[in-house]
Amino acid sequence: METKILKLKLKIWRQKNANSVGSFVDYDVSVSPDASFLEMLDELNNKLESQGLEPVVFESDCREGICGTCGLVINGQPHGPIPRIATCQLHMRNFKDGDTIWIEPFRAKAFPVIKDLMVDRSGFDKILQAGGYISANVGGAQDANMIPIPKDVASEAFDAAACIGCGACVAACKNASAMLFVSAKISHLGLLPQGQPERYRRVDRMIKVMDELGFGSCTNTYACEAECPKGISVKFIARMNRDYIAAKLKSKTLEQV
Amino acid sequence: MNWLNNFLNSSIGKKFVMAITGSFLLIFLIIHLIGNITLFFGPDAFNGYVKTLDVIKPLIRVIELVLLAAFVFHIFNGFRLWLENKRARPVEYKINGSTENSSIFSRTMFISGSIIFIFLVLHLGTFFWRFNVHDPQQLADAHQYYDIVVGFFQIWWYVLLYIIAMILLGFHLNHGFQSAFQTFGLNSKKYTPLIKKLGTIYAIIMAVGFASMPIYFFLSGGVK
Repeated sequence: METKILKLKLKIWRQKNANSVGSFVDYDVSVSPDASFLEMLDELNNKLESQGLEPVVFESDCREGICGTCGLVINGQPHGPIPRIATCQLHMRNFKDGDTIWIEPFRAKAFPVIKDLMVDRSGFDKILQAGGYISANVGGAQDANMIPIPKDVASEAFDAAACIGCGACVAACKNASAMLFVSAKISHLGLLPQGQPERYRRVDRMIKVMDELGFGSCTNTYACEAECPKGISVKFIARMNRDYIAAKLKSKTLEQV
Repeated sequence: MNWLNNFLNSSIGKKFVMAITGSFLLIFLIIHLIGNITLFFGPDAFNGYVKTLDVIKPLIRVIELVLLAAFVFHIFNGFRLWLENKRARPVEYKINGSTENSSIFSRTMFISGSIIFIFLVLHLGTFFWRFNVHDPQQLADAHQYYDIVVGFFQIWWYVLLYIIAMILLGFHLNHGFQSAFQTFGLNSKKYTPLIKKLGTIYAIIMAVGFASMPIYFFLSGGVK
C-alpha cells in the first residue's frame, strides 16, 4: 500500500536554558503518517545533528503511554488533539498534509523550562514526599488477601492509581493547578485500608507543599480531566476537598494536622 | 485560630470561601427574584412588598449585613484567586486550546464576575440608595418605589447594561452552581449530572427572570 508522505511546518519552542528567553523556530519536515509524533521529532533531530545544529530537547522514556515522561503541548493541547493518550501514542496520521503544528513545553511557574521542550517537574516528587506513601510495619509478610476490600472500592482506587504523573493536568489548567494529580495520589492511597493511618495527615501535608510550590488554585473548569491521558476523574478532586475539610475539622492540634 | 487562617488561605480553603459565599448568594437571588416579580402586578403590589420589608427592617438589616459579608468575601477572594492563578503561569501559551477542554462559562468567571460587580455598584447606587437613604419616609408616604424603578427602566442605556449584566449573571451562575457542589466534595456519577442540569435551569430562570423586568417596562413605556 502506498503511503503518502506528509509535509508539515513545525513551530517549536526553543529556549537555551531556564534563564534565557525562548522563542518559536520554524522547521519544515516530511514524515510518514505511520510515524509517531516523537519519531517525527527524532527524525528532525537526526537532521539537525547531521547539519551540526543543536537538536530539540524533549523528554520521553517508555514510548508506550505508561511512564508519564513525555509531554508536549501540541497546538494548545497537552498531549495533542486526541483524547486519552500520551504524546508518545500520538501518530502523524492524525495530521493533514500541509498542517502547521505549534509545539510548546508545559507552561507553569511550578514547571520551569530546563531547555526547549523539557520542563522541571520535580515539584510533583516534592508533593509525593510530603505524604504520598503508607507506613508498612516490619515483621513477617502478611498473607495476600488478608484485608478484605470491596470490589468497587478496589476499582475506584485503581482508577486513581492510573495517574502516571505526567503533569498534563497542570499544563491544561488555566490556573496551572495540580489538583487532579494530587487528588489522584491522595485517593488511591486514602481509599484503601492500608492508607488509613495517614489519611488526614497526608491530605494536609500534600496540599501544603502543593500550595508552597506555586501551583494555582482549582476553579473547576475540568480541563484537566479532558486532557488527562489516563482519564482521571475530577470526582477525586471533590474527594480531596472533602478529606481536606475533614482533616481540618478532625485535627486536634492548632497548627498543621 | 492559626488552623483556621491556614485553612482559609490554602488553595482548597479559598475555593471553599468562594463556594460558601456563592451558595448564600444563590439563595439570596431566588428570594430577590420572587420579591421583584411583584413589579408585574402593578404599583400597589410592589409598593406593598417594599413596605412589608420596611416593617421587618431590623431583620432585613441583619440579613443585609450577612449579604454584605458574603459579597465582600466573594469579590475579594475571587479577585485574589484570579491574581494568584495568573501568577501560576507567568508565560502564556502561544496557542490556547482551552476551547477543546473546558466550557466558556468556567473560563470567564472573572470577566462575568467583574461586569456583574460594576452592575452591582450601579444597582445599589440607583435602587438601594434611593430606597434607604434618599428620605425613605417621604418615599414611603407617597408610594413612589414603583415609580422610581419603572423610571429607571425607561433609560435605554440602563436597560441595556441591565440586560448584558443579567446574561453574564446567567453565565456566572451556570458554572457557579455546580462548582459549589464540587468544592464541597459532592461529586458522584449518581447525582452530578442532575446538579449540572439544575444549575443550568437555575441560571436561565435567574437571567431571564431579572432581565424580563427592564425589558417589559422599557417596551411598555411604564404604562400602569
